[in-house]
Amino acid sequence: MRLRHRIGRVLFYLLLAVILVYLIFPFYWAVVSSLKSPQELFATPVLYWPEHPRWQNYVDVFTQQPFGRNLLNSTIVAGLTTLLSLFVGSTAAYALGRFRFLGKHTVFYAILSVSMFPQISVLGGMFVLIRSLGLYNTWWALILAYMIFTLPFTIWVLTSFIREIPRELEEAAYVDGASPMQVLRIVLLPLMAPGLVTAGLLAFIQAWNEFLFALTFTIDNSARTVPVAIALFSGASQYELPWAQIMAASVIVTVPLIVLVLVFQQRLVSGLTAGAVKG
Amino acid sequence: MAQHSRLAARRTRTAWFFLLPSLLVLLVVAAYPLWRTFQLSFYQVSILQFPLQPEWVGLENYRYLLADSYWWISLRNTAVFTVVSVAFETVLGLGIALVVNANFTGRGLMRTAMLVPWAIPTVVSAQMWRWMYNDVYGVVNDLLMRAHLIAQPLAWLSDPQLALPGIIAVDVWKTTPFMALLLLAGLQSIPRELYEASTVDGASPWQQFWRITLPLLKPALLVALIFRTLDALRVFDVIYVMTGTNPTTMSMSVYARQQLVDFGALGYGSAVSMGIFLIIALFAAAYLVSLRVELD
Repeated sequence: MRLRHRIGRVLFYLLLAVILVYLIFPFYWAVVSSLKSPQELFATPVLYWPEHPRWQNYVDVFTQQPFGRNLLNSTIVAGLTTLLSLFVGSTAAYALGRFRFLGKHTVFYAILSVSMFPQISVLGGMFVLIRSLGLYNTWWALILAYMIFTLPFTIWVLTSFIREIPRELEEAAYVDGASPMQVLRIVLLPLMAPGLVTAGLLAFIQAWNEFLFALTFTIDNSARTVPVAIALFSGASQYELPWAQIMAASVIVTVPLIVLVLVFQQRLVSGLTAGAVKG
Repeated sequence: MAQHSRLAARRTRTAWFFLLPSLLVLLVVAAYPLWRTFQLSFYQVSILQFPLQPEWVGLENYRYLLADSYWWISLRNTAVFTVVSVAFETVLGLGIALVVNANFTGRGLMRTAMLVPWAIPTVVSAQMWRWMYNDVYGVVNDLLMRAHLIAQPLAWLSDPQLALPGIIAVDVWKTTPFMALLLLAGLQSIPRELYEASTVDGASPWQQFWRITLPLLKPALLVALIFRTLDALRVFDVIYVMTGTNPTTMSMSVYARQQLVDFGALGYGSAVSMGIFLIIALFAAAYLVSLRVELD
């Protein structure tokens, strides 16, 4: 019995190890490739560890590619999109989470259905809108377009957070004569902080990773974001992709995301599952 | 009583006031572009000329769409992609969720590792796998040859037989852990007592899985399936980065964008977009109806 138990335990950890390797290996491979010299990168058979690891590819990404600019664009676009979504979305979430009024469910489902939209179904109309506002190839084009998925998502996560906050404090503030805006700002916002962090983080990641709009609404590096840059990286010749640089850039944008995930693991999972279950 | 209803009316006004900014933003960024795309689908118009010079063609774009073999190819590719990837993600995700749901040291590490593929931008994971799939220098061929599973290196992304399965494998890698996390939350809400009581009654783990776990997991499973299916139907990033607009793998979204942007056919591209919208809306509606039945 004890032997059987022990064998079961070993098999279980073996299974865990297989799953872990499956999940992590592609990222490991990107790191290893990014540290290789061209000779090592194009060695056959494949080298599973660089013999002379070097940082040159990380330097090249910034000197041979306009990657610094792309990072700046992505940071500003994702950052402003997140702030705007939280700012606009928190009052809507307050209305939906706390008030009872006619048409509430219709509004809630209308907002939800926007988040189910396939982005491609608005691409043509959005392009025309952006051109006629004179925003083509600017940060604002992307910020405007990204609101279509970050705002419904933010409202939805924040609404489920507000519902879980006890009402007593607000009622006390109302009795003291506070206006609804004051109640939201002074009483509720501090209590919503964890919800704002979760919703903000998820909105930021979505905006940071977006590709279709960014590819379509930018034409050069003045507004081009990281995912588009990584998809379009080109080398000395048309047929020779700079793989080591692509991998270095991939690692650069993935590491901050992994750190965020590590730090906010619990919150991200609860935000995602709350969002999904309530959908 | 009158005062009560006056209070209610004021609350309603406040609520709408709070909703107004969000509704205005969504009107501009969602409702208007959708309406404009719908409108444009009845015109022949080039994306290259601003201001636009639309020429009314009525239902011509839609008539053309129904006869367009590339549209049907992209629809078929999307259907295959959706069915196969969602099936694999569900089964594998459930398996991983069951494993991680057990008590063991290092569970926190495991859960973090599960978020890694999800957090990596799709474009980045597509590029990582594209490099791994490289026919000469790729690690996938090297591993498979070392394991004696293949004798010759395969051209994963240029062989029409292998390209779509190769792309599906990338999507499965990226999305399975997310599916597993959603299902894990469902698993953790099942009361432990049910398992303890049934163990006392002599139920095997196999019976417990079919009689307790699966029925109680059904709501979580259904929601996860809806989200994944709707997501898979609009797939763009992974396919565009790995094989571009190649017809053997092109999805509906890739085809619509090719028409809209690469060919500049704003009218016809909008008609394609509307076709996709209709298909996804039908799926969403069918799912919502079945979900309501499930929940009642």
